[in-house]
Amino acid sequence: MNYVDDKKVIELELKANDIRQSIIEMLVSAGSGHSAGPLGMADVFTALYFHLLKHDPKNPALVDRDFVVLSNGHICPVQYATLAHAGYFPVEELKTLRKFGSRLQGHPHRTKLPGIETSSGPLGSGIAQAVGMAIALRMDKKTNFVYGLVSDGEQDCGIAWEAAMLAGREQLWNLIAIMDRNNIQIDGFTEDIMPLEPLRAKYEAFGWHVIDVDGHNMAEIVNAVEEAKAIYEKPKMIIAHTIPGKGVDFMERRFEWHGNPPGKGPIDKVPADRQAEEALRELRTLNGKIRSEHE
Amino acid sequence: MIFKNAQLHEDSLDIAKLEQKPTRAGFGEGLVEAGDKDPSIVALCADLTESTMILPFKKKYPARFVEIGVAEQNMAGVASGMSAIGKLPVISSYAMFSPGRNWEQIRTTICYNEQPVIIVGSHAGVSVGPDGATHQAVEDMAIMRVLPNMTVVSPCDMVEAKKAILAAAVLRKPLYLRLHREKSPIFTTLATPFEIGKAEIFFDSDASACDVAIIATGPLVHNALLAAGELEKLGKKVRVINCHTIKPLDEKTILDAARMARHIVTVEEHQVAGGLGSAVAELVAREYPVPIEFVGVQNRFGESGDKNELIEYFGMGVSHIVSAAQKVMNRSNQ
Ligand SMILES: Cc1ncc(C[n+]2csc(CCOP(=O)(O)OP(=O)(O)O)c2C)c(N)n1
Ligand SMILES: [Mg+2]
Repeated sequence: MNYVDDKKVIELELKANDIRQSIIEMLVSAGSGHSAGPLGMADVFTALYFHLLKHDPKNPALVDRDFVVLSNGHICPVQYATLAHAGYFPVEELKTLRKFGSRLQGHPHRTKLPGIETSSGPLGSGIAQAVGMAIALRMDKKTNFVYGLVSDGEQDCGIAWEAAMLAGREQLWNLIAIMDRNNIQIDGFTEDIMPLEPLRAKYEAFGWHVIDVDGHNMAEIVNAVEEAKAIYEKPKMIIAHTIPGKGVDFMERRFEWHGNPPGKGPIDKVPADRQAEEALRELRTLNGKIRSEHE
Repeated sequence: MIFKNAQLHEDSLDIAKLEQKPTRAGFGEGLVEAGDKDPSIVALCADLTESTMILPFKKKYPARFVEIGVAEQNMAGVASGMSAIGKLPVISSYAMFSPGRNWEQIRTTICYNEQPVIIVGSHAGVSVGPDGATHQAVEDMAIMRVLPNMTVVSPCDMVEAKKAILAAAVLRKPLYLRLHREKSPIFTTLATPFEIGKAEIFFDSDASACDVAIIATGPLVHNALLAAGELEKLGKKVRVINCHTIKPLDEKTILDAARMARHIVTVEEHQVAGGLGSAVAELVAREYPVPIEFVGVQNRFGESGDKNELIEYFGMGVSHIVSAAQKVMNRSNQ
C-alpha cells in the first residue's frame, strides 16, 4: 500500500538534505559530537516531523501530540536540526550546539529545549520511558502514538529487552519503535562486537510486529509507519536499515565516524582540514537525491 | 611552599611549564605493566575500549580481554564470576555507566562477595565537557564510598594514575579508580610517594603552624596548590593535602592537619554531598570538630561547555578555593 505520492517524497528528500547540511554545520561549529548516526537517521526524522507526526512546533506541549522519545541520545544533532527546520526554534541556534549556556546540550535535556520529551544519552533507558508513556496513555484512553527511537548498539543493554518484554505482554499497539540499524557501534561493527541477529525473530518472539525498511527510502519509511499505526494488537518495531554517515562518502559505513565531527575524524580519505567543506560539497551536489541503495 | 618530601615537579606552580596529559592515559600505561607482572589480570570493556585506554592492554593481551558490549550491569556480574575463578578483572567504562548504572551488581556481586575487581570509571566530573550532564559523573565517589569492602582512589595526575593502577593490582580488593577525560597538568614525579590509603602533604608553609588546610583530590589538587600559593602571598600559612584515597581515609594525616590548622577546605570535582568533603567532615566531626568549607559541585547537574569554563562556572577554580579558605578562616573569628 502506498501512502505517499512522488511530489511529497521529493519534498521530503530535499528537506532531509537541508537537515543533513545543518548537521554538518552544527558539528563543525561545536568541534565535537557524533556524525555517523545523525546523518544516517536524517531521512527517518524528516519523514516523522514533516509528514507523519501529530505535533505543533508552535505549541510543543500540545496535549494530543505524538510523543517522540530519542533513546540513543548521542544522535541528537539530527533531532535538533529537524526540530529547528520544523519551526520549534530558530535554525540559527543550531550553531550553539554543545556550547556553554546553550539549550542544545551535548545530549538532549528535557527541560531546556522545546520538543524534547526526555533527557537521554545513557543508552537503553529511552525505550523504557516510551513503554511507560504508552501504558499511561492507554490507561487514559488516549489515541496518540509514542515513537521510540532506538539504536542497534543499544540492543546490547539488558534494559532494552526488559522493556521489549513488557511492551509485548502489554500488547502496546500505541508504541512504534524505530531502530537505527546501521551495523556500527563504538568499538566496531555490531555483529563483531555483540551479534544482534536475528533481530527480527527476536522481537517477534517478544510479541512485537516487525517491519524492515530501507531507512533512506522516504516512501518505504512512510508506508511502514502507516502500516504500524494500523496494526492494533502488538507493539511495532520498524527496523530502519541505514547507512551510518549517509550522504558523505568518506564517512559512510565506518564505525570510526561514530563520535567525531567533520575535521576530527579519520584522515585516510580526506584530510582533517578539508572534511567540513568536502562533506557540505557532497551534500549540496546530491540535491536531495538520497534514495534506496536497492533501487 | 611546596613540601619537599612530596618531590613534585620543580615547576609545579607554573602551569605553562607543565606537560598536560589526562589521568586515563596513565591508567592505560599502568594496566599494561600490571598485566606484564600478573597474568591473572584480565580486562573487560563495554564498547569504549579506545577512550577508556584499555586498547593497549587489549592489543598486547587479546586473549585476556573480553568485549562485553554496551552492558555495564552484565560486565560487573561477569567480572565477579571471573574473580571467583582466580582472575583479577579490570572493568572499564565511563564513570556515569560504571559504577553509575551497575551499582547494585557492584555492591552485591563484588563487595558483598569480597571478590577483587577493579572498577575503572573514566570521564568523571564536569570536565568531560561538551557531552553535558548525562555524561558528567559527579556522584560516583559517593556511591562507591558507602560500600563496605570498597576502596576508592582518585589520582591527581597522569603519573599518579599509573601508580594507582599498579598498586591496585597488588592490593587485590574491590577498588574504584576514578579517572578524567581531559588533559591536566602533570605535577607529581616518579619520586612522589604514593601508597593507597595514605594522603600526602604537597604544600606546607610552616611545619609547626598553619592557618588553613586544603584537602583535595583528583586533578583539582593542582588548583589547590595554586590557591595555596596565592594565600601564602597574602601572609597565610597553608597546608595542601593530596587525598587520593577517599576510602579508607588517612585519618592521621587529616586529623593532624585539623588540629594544627583548625580550618579546613575540601576540594573535589564531585557533588559536595557524599564525596571527599563528606568523608573529611564525618571524621573531623567525630574526632576534632573544626569549620569546613566545601569546594565542589553544589547539588546541581552539569552542563555542556569546555573544561575550564565548567570548572569556573561550578565554583572549583583557584579563586573559589582562595575565597573558601578566607571564608573558613573568618568563621572561627566570629
Ligand atoms: C549505558 C551506556 N553505556 C555506554 C555509553 C557510551 N556509548 C555512547 S554511543 C555508544 C555506542 C552505541 O551504539 P549505536 O547507538 O548503535 O551507535 P551509532 O550507530 O550511532 O554509532 C556507546 C557505547 C552510553 N551512552 N550509555
Ligand atoms: Mg549503531
